[in-house]
Amino acid sequence: MARITATVFTSHVPAIGAAMDLGKTQEPYWQKVFAGYEYSRQWLKENKPDVVFLVFNDHATAFSLEMIPTFAIGTAAEYAVADEGWGPRPVPKVQGHPELAAHIAQSVIQQDFDLTLVNRMDVDHGLTVPLSLLCGQPKEWPFPVIPFAVNVVQYPVPSGMRCFRLGQAIRKAVESFDEDLNVQIWGTGGMSHQLQGPRAGLINKEFDNAFLDRLIADPEGLARVPHIDYVRDAGSEGIELVMWLIARGAMADMAGGAKPSLRHRFYHVPASNTAVGHLILEDNG
Amino acid sequence: MPLDKPYQGVPGTTIFDADMSRKGYWLNQFCMSLMKAANRERFKADERAYLDEWAMTEEQKQAVLARDLNRCIALGGNIYFLAKIGATDGKSFQQMAGSMTGMSEDAYRDMMVSGGRSAAWTGKEGSK
Repeated sequence: MARITATVFTSHVPAIGAAMDLGKTQEPYWQKVFAGYEYSRQWLKENKPDVVFLVFNDHATAFSLEMIPTFAIGTAAEYAVADEGWGPRPVPKVQGHPELAAHIAQSVIQQDFDLTLVNRMDVDHGLTVPLSLLCGQPKEWPFPVIPFAVNVVQYPVPSGMRCFRLGQAIRKAVESFDEDLNVQIWGTGGMSHQLQGPRAGLINKEFDNAFLDRLIADPEGLARVPHIDYVRDAGSEGIELVMWLIARGAMADMAGGAKPSLRHRFYHVPASNTAVGHLILEDNG
Repeated sequence: MPLDKPYQGVPGTTIFDADMSRKGYWLNQFCMSLMKAANRERFKADERAYLDEWAMTEEQKQAVLARDLNRCIALGGNIYFLAKIGATDGKSFQQMAGSMTGMSEDAYRDMMVSGGRSAAWTGKEGSK
């Protein structure tokens, strides 16, 4: 039986990827960001997953205004690295896990969540930056990845509660897969930030740290926070944080099991226009 | 019943919803085209001619030519789409975001290094 062993939460700031690609990680500005991931890289080596289910948002890359699915699961064998306008990042292409992805799609749709199945999708920094942060710069990514794209670009976007419930459904789906696999769910994006308009540059440390506290201790209550609170308090792009509730909803304690163990917590301001947040929670079944 | 849009009252912030998406459809589709290197070259070679290939309004074209991102957003552009224009120009996301605040590039960067803009910002106090 497949099982969820841990969840990883991290921001996916594009400039972090650029700093790695351009060899700037030792500059004082970036050193402070990467220091927060040193433990995580070691932890990941010692707790290597068989598959990572990676929740991210597409940034007008795979999905143009022609169509934007609310929830899209990648069922392909591999995914190319997107050219977002600066040329593709020099990172390996991403290997998928089509069998588990198809299984999750079937199970979750039968639990009344309408996913879009995607067989061709170039993946952008939302997916590749978290991989770089946790894995460094390998020739190949050390595990297959199931990309799970959430629309947080064009309103209406899904609510925190919808994401949280979806996470619970994903846990059931993973646990009903026959093969013996250790699966990690990564929630990416966030924290407080605004990239547009005269209010660009917003950072709200109090909001971010309260979000991290509640994500650990009170995720169901956190899932009730309405969109307007994110927009007002965490900036227009702070809405990406609803994606973290998918990963958190997939943990054992939300299905009547034991609480997870907090392995790592990191928060830093700034990276480019944003705050960086990061958590590792181990599932205790 | 009209759509409920509680997000419209946040200062200095435009939420990209279905109405804005419809308004900015061709502007954003033009931006998407810049994900291909060959299109970036064609745009750079003759911006006006390239823009004229798209069913954008004259106002949208002028906003792009002026690199006025606030104007582009008011006309239906979304920052993730508009970022392709900045990428074509070789600008970082920080440079693009800063360009919308009325601050100099250095002042914006300094603001971010010292912790960013306060969530209590109302716009009435200027760009500080």
